[in-house]
Amino acid sequence: MIFFRQLYAILAKELQVEWRTKETLSAMLVFALLVLVIFNFAFDLQGVDIKVLGPGVLWVAFSFSGIIGLGRSFAAERDRGSMDGMLLAPVDRGAIFLGKALANFLFILAMEGVTLPLFVILFNVSLEWFPLVGYVLMGTIGFSAVGTLLSAIAASTRMREVMLPVLLFPVLVPLLVAAVKITQGSLQGAPFSDFQGWFNLLLAYDVIFLVVAYLVFEFVVEE
Amino acid sequence: MIETLKLEKAFGYKQALKSTTMTIEAGQVVALAGPNGAGKTTLLRILAALSRPTRGRVAINGIEIPQGAMQARAYIGYVGHQTLLYDELTIAENLRYYARLYALDNVDARILEVAQQVGIEKRMDDAVRTLSRGYQQRVSLARALLHHPKVYLFDEPWTGLDHNSSHVLTGVFERARQEGAAVLFSSHEFERSLAAADRALIMRNGRMIYDGARDEWRDAAGFAQVYTEKLNESDSK
Repeated sequence: MIFFRQLYAILAKELQVEWRTKETLSAMLVFALLVLVIFNFAFDLQGVDIKVLGPGVLWVAFSFSGIIGLGRSFAAERDRGSMDGMLLAPVDRGAIFLGKALANFLFILAMEGVTLPLFVILFNVSLEWFPLVGYVLMGTIGFSAVGTLLSAIAASTRMREVMLPVLLFPVLVPLLVAAVKITQGSLQGAPFSDFQGWFNLLLAYDVIFLVVAYLVFEFVVEE
Repeated sequence: MIETLKLEKAFGYKQALKSTTMTIEAGQVVALAGPNGAGKTTLLRILAALSRPTRGRVAINGIEIPQGAMQARAYIGYVGHQTLLYDELTIAENLRYYARLYALDNVDARILEVAQQVGIEKRMDDAVRTLSRGYQQRVSLARALLHHPKVYLFDEPWTGLDHNSSHVLTGVFERARQEGAAVLFSSHEFERSLAAADRALIMRNGRMIYDGARDEWRDAAGFAQVYTEKLNESDSK
């Protein structure tokens, strides 16, 4: 029970701080909007099948905006020393990881909640919301788990702004490829069996990296 | 109680702590002095279980760290160079957050109690970023006291404090002594800090070069003399 109380305290603090500053969300939203607008001008919508190309655009917007949010997750804590505050307390390091990862998940989800409808409007796409939202959620879970762990690693380096994408993108390749393929299949209205292999990959990725990140986090944050 | 046995800490090739052995009993208030780079902060961070030693043993209240660090942390109150507070949150919100991290019961009552102890109860709804450095240090003190620690570790706590805040800090040390807590603080400000101390340690280049009770140096001026002598002896070796 104490574990969940502490997890809740960390999550509540993250949400409270973001509510006061709105720094992370605003930066993520602006960047995502910028990506969509630039790609919208770059593609001739008459000449391309947007349901083939669009998922790539969408996940570029999600992942690059997500990295902006992840980058701030631990960097701000390290700069002000409040990371030490969490580490000083008798808090299970797994609770710290889950609290931060959940917060990152919610922030990225909020960004996606605005970006996805904008994508539909700007790219004039018709889609079935229900399964697509589920697939985006699955991709975001894995993204948040891995991103939170690597953000903690990058935050303790001097070149943290460069280090996070350098560390993160190679690890994210399976997730991003699977997410794009599933989104393509969903937008095209293909039967689930056509992209079930990618779905299984994404599910396995989420489970494996959530567990690994949870177990390894303690060794990342301890000096 | 704080115990170290041949404690060492290396950062790469740099040996920040070299074979440090000491014991601080419950109810003792001990000052830790030394020039910049002596290893004071490194020692305090290891004792606070924020950093792992390279070699040697450390125990807080009989609990060895890092093996028993989770257990030991419940006994440790630490104030470092940074306040560990969230600027965007109010004093009350910061303290409530830490009270939850320490899984305290009767959170609101305890927050009010420590706030009154350090004299910040009138500004509980003010954001930390609106406070002066000295006032933030008081809030940091309150944060460290929330969970009734048995070991107090303070890294240069007098920095930025005005006369009133210094008085509050001395009061905290006196209360800790009465409650049987062990206190170790580092300071460059002998005049303000040594009045509270029963014993003083001096570090130089990662080693403990002096450990003396109050009757050896008596006051700040006496300690300053001892300090200079010991550093000169250390330089000549």
